Amino acid sequence: MSELFIIWSILASQILLSLAMGCALFRMVRGPRAQDRILGLDALYINAMLLLLTFGIRTANTIYFEAALIIALLGFVSSIAFAKFLMRGEVIE
Amino acid sequence: MSHLTDLPAWAAIPVCILLLLGSGITLIGSLGLIRLKTFYGRLHAPTLGASAGIILICLASMITFAVLQNRWIVHEILIIVFVVVTTPVTLMLLGQSALYRDRIEENDGVPRKAAGQQTDTTGMDI
Repeated sequence: MSELFIIWSILASQILLSLAMGCALFRMVRGPRAQDRILGLDALYINAMLLLLTFGIRTANTIYFEAALIIALLGFVSSIAFAKFLMRGEVIE
Repeated sequence: MSHLTDLPAWAAIPVCILLLLGSGITLIGSLGLIRLKTFYGRLHAPTLGASAGIILICLASMITFAVLQNRWIVHEILIIVFVVVTTPVTLMLLGQSALYRDRIEENDGVPRKAAGQQTDTTGMDI
């Protein structure tokens, strides 16, 4: 009984996270200005990281956790680089 | 689905609740990206997923692996700490650069610089 419950709730949370990724992707594609697109990308990688964590719960495989950690690290660096680029026009001064 | 049947009911139910709550809050935050009108309003929306969503789903993952492997699992705290620390930095820099661009283009609805504030050629002063 409880395993049926947890399988369906994992599936439901994956669907909800996919919808959230779709919203962020919409803002990244349609964003009227550059900062809107960067904000959409920021939300997109955080949602993708959460989706990887739910895949890890579903398959009981710890490799998904490491992928999520790498996405968190590199996404932060990329968002900072984009924001610096918007402000200065160059990344490394 | 062999390992999920090993999960007892007292652990499965909190995992379900945490997963559904976390993904629901993340979806609400991402819907705010579509619904809100201005950029400065939209800047606040994804922080919902980056704080509450991350914490709840990482807690669900911690409970699952801790019960399955019969030991304490603290790896997910790394993700929680890292994301909770770095998200304000990212969004603050992004808001600063958006304000800088709006001031250069002299858009409406953007606060001007205060009168006594020194003008800096690098644009870092807010």
